[in-house]
Amino acid sequence: MNGSLTKERRNKMILSVILGIVCVIYVLPVLAVLINSFKLNTFVKTDTFALPTGEMWAGIDNFVKGMTFGNYPFWNSVKYSVVITVLSTALILVGTSMAAWYIARVNSIFCKALYFLCVFSMVVPFQMVMFTLSNTADRLKLNTPWTIPVVYLGFGAGLAIFMFVGFVKSIPLEIEEAAAIDGCGPVRTFFTVVVPMLKPTMISVGILEIMWVWNDYLLPYLVLDLEKYRTITIHIQYLKGSYGTVDLGATMALILLAIIPVIIFYLACQKHIIKGVAAGAVKG
Amino acid sequence: MIQASTRRWWPLFLGPVVVAFVIGFVWPFIQGIYLSFCQFKLIADAKPIGFGNYIRAFKDASFTHAFWYTTLYTVVSLILINVLAFAVAYALTQNIKGSNLFRTVFFMPNLIGGIVLGHIWSMIFDGILSKFGTSIVMDSKYGFWGLIILMCWQQIGYMMIIYIAGLQAVPEDMLEAARIDGATKAQTLFRVTIPNVMPSITICTFLSLTNGFKLFDQNLALTAGQPILTQPGGTAIKTTEMLALNIFTTYNNSSANAHGTAQAKAVIFFVLVAGLGLAQLAFTRKKEVQQ
Repeated sequence: MNGSLTKERRNKMILSVILGIVCVIYVLPVLAVLINSFKLNTFVKTDTFALPTGEMWAGIDNFVKGMTFGNYPFWNSVKYSVVITVLSTALILVGTSMAAWYIARVNSIFCKALYFLCVFSMVVPFQMVMFTLSNTADRLKLNTPWTIPVVYLGFGAGLAIFMFVGFVKSIPLEIEEAAAIDGCGPVRTFFTVVVPMLKPTMISVGILEIMWVWNDYLLPYLVLDLEKYRTITIHIQYLKGSYGTVDLGATMALILLAIIPVIIFYLACQKHIIKGVAAGAVKG
Repeated sequence: MIQASTRRWWPLFLGPVVVAFVIGFVWPFIQGIYLSFCQFKLIADAKPIGFGNYIRAFKDASFTHAFWYTTLYTVVSLILINVLAFAVAYALTQNIKGSNLFRTVFFMPNLIGGIVLGHIWSMIFDGILSKFGTSIVMDSKYGFWGLIILMCWQQIGYMMIIYIAGLQAVPEDMLEAARIDGATKAQTLFRVTIPNVMPSITICTFLSLTNGFKLFDQNLALTAGQPILTQPGGTAIKTTEMLALNIFTTYNNSSANAHGTAQAKAVIFFVLVAGLGLAQLAFTRKKEVQQ
């Protein structure tokens, strides 16, 4: 008995060590970005895995160069990425939670049809609508960071409504009926009674939308007026995709700046993110 | 009672979403189907030409190549990602030291977007391959396995989360009973644990399947379809181009039929992906009833 216990403990130690090594391998790509962002361009390709020492050291030159790289100020793309992500997520959360509550509580053919369409939209790949959607968005002047959230609400409504409806249906109707008897109108019932109960789902949906919108490439690329507005993702793709010589060191500096906030966000809300992803995956 | 008073408020509750949904999905979708039967440069001067675009799409060697390439990629990545993710999830649920830290690290790549991931890995692969005087865009084999490695790195953490949730839901007394009956670790795993996490396996399989078919960002950023192979007939095929990227490339082609053909390809692509997606919904729903 005692012998098998120590054997099991030893096996677990070995497992820990193996996983630890895999973990180190896992973070190597991010470390590679870190060391190459301080390396002179000519050495990034030849000495990718060497530390930026001696003649390879570029200091913060890469970051300075990166700021105005590709004739587009990097901070502008950061600004637009933040604006688009925050506005889109807020709009999706408010819009779809209201619609989902209505769909779950009002039993009409229109609501059923709308719900069916939402579920249907979840299986439609973006390529199916990308040309016509960018055309429609252009004509309706939805091609700025301040108006593109409408497009995100339209194309992203499916999953959010699906998740919200699923949750609302699990809330007992009696709570809302009690509020109605106490003289609450539907609007007040929704905002003061339903919304607090929706909070966990709101966080899950919010996380999923933030991850989607922040990293999205094709939708903003096709919809936005690219001369004026670029997101971080579009900007980085522009640098690498453009012909001619690309300063790899400076590109890595920008990539580092792009992933640092993401990693901080992840470490800060890790629990919610993992829960949100699990919820979205199980339902979607 | 509550319904009647709520019903009147539909402009407030449904209005915004319905308007956005029509702009962002319903109208583009209907227009997209119509345009797949048209020849057009601008949507305003589209003229119907019947099934011409579909015939062109099926005859396009680059499209069929992209289809088989995507299928091959999807099958290989599906198997690798799911087997590895399950193994990691299984190891992490064995009560070992540091499992929280490991979980954090393995999931991290999911937060980084596909375009950025593609550029990070193209730097890494080029750093390795330059030692041998080659590069990731020189040989389609490098492009294929490069993409597989990239996607494993990104997706294992994601699938791991779903598998962990499944593994934690396996009833403890069932495992206990197996132990008392003298089952070995392997027997417990294959006879008790795996049958119990079947729902998670179904979800992950279908997720990998649809993700694989829809892959675009990583494909564009890593190789953008390179290298190009010129066939005896004179047509050029981008050897590492997947379906979504092929549609995008076709649309940017300058020939008169390019837009129509691209839209027809998009409809075919939609039918394919939607078919897989609906199969998933039907399948998981059936599972849910059984539980």
